Amino acid sequence: MARRGAPEINAGSMADIAFLLLIFFLVTTTMNVDTGITRILPPLPKNKNEKVDVKERNVLKVLINSHDLMLVNGKPATVKELPDRIIDFMSIHPNNPAYPQVREKFIPALGRKVLMTKGLISLKNDRGTSYKMYIKVQDAIAKAFNEMKDQAAMKYYGLKYDQLLDPEKKKVINELVPIRVSEAEPENVGGGR
Amino acid sequence: MAKFKTSKTKEEPRINTASLPDIIFILLFFFMVSVSMRQNNLMVRIKLPQATQVQKLEKKSLVSYIYIGQPIDRALYGTNARIQLNDSYATVKDIPEFVAKARQARNEAVRSLITFSLKVDQNTRMGIVTDVKQELRKANALKINYSCRKELNPKQ
Repeated sequence: MARRGAPEINAGSMADIAFLLLIFFLVTTTMNVDTGITRILPPLPKNKNEKVDVKERNVLKVLINSHDLMLVNGKPATVKELPDRIIDFMSIHPNNPAYPQVREKFIPALGRKVLMTKGLISLKNDRGTSYKMYIKVQDAIAKAFNEMKDQAAMKYYGLKYDQLLDPEKKKVINELVPIRVSEAEPENVGGGR
Repeated sequence: MAKFKTSKTKEEPRINTASLPDIIFILLFFFMVSVSMRQNNLMVRIKLPQATQVQKLEKKSLVSYIYIGQPIDRALYGTNARIQLNDSYATVKDIPEFVAKARQARNEAVRSLITFSLKVDQNTRMGIVTDVKQELRKANALKINYSCRKELNPKQ
């Protein structure tokens, strides 16, 4: 080193400075990705007295009370069995009065009419229901609809919904399996605050 | 052989550390690029519920957050669930203004695409959440996201 004319600047501490910066960023930042269940709320009814007429057999009523207990069509049920109940309820049985009515819908992308169920999931919760339970039920409903989307995608394209790369195809599946969940106007159903 | 010096007399050569800062800088840049700064100072305690069917929330610039949970400073604010908008506690009545501000801050073309992410503590009662949802409906902010953690080992 002494042979050279100009002495070199000692760059050894450069690493320390960079380390300090690095540690600062490590501490102040969050790496987590936001995940969640996305839903579209129904718009407010324009006319308050307007009642939507839905036939009894077309609705699967899910009720959660303030003790986080669930009723499905008037009978106690668990979250675990809910997805299967929904899939069964939404399946198409044109001539069976125990299942919802069906209607025909023309899907341009498929070039033909398809039978669709008129079934609807009605979700009603109490003001005292815990958010944890509510999310569990929402999750179960989402699971059922994802399952149905997978089934539809398998039937028409031979792939699972997630494996479809063409956004047009995804659109068709979304049209075939609309998320028919209605959340009732809030009211006190189970004695919560 | 006497012409050649034996190397034993010299010290061992040092490892060149000149490139060490560069390596650290690369690490630094990686972290700077890949992370997002904490946006809001949380004033409510939030433990998100778990769910299996979660989706990633895309386009973070189009997301506004509403926090609901117990205040962190319970001695001062009590244990009732509170709503936090931006950096302060709010009531249900403040939601329309919050929605309007969130719309104003965005480009006109993307205003209809704003998602309102509800970050709600899992032990909150649904009453307050329902109130917030009703208020969002009134403000015509219909796209919402229930923020959840992904359940890693779903019990079958």
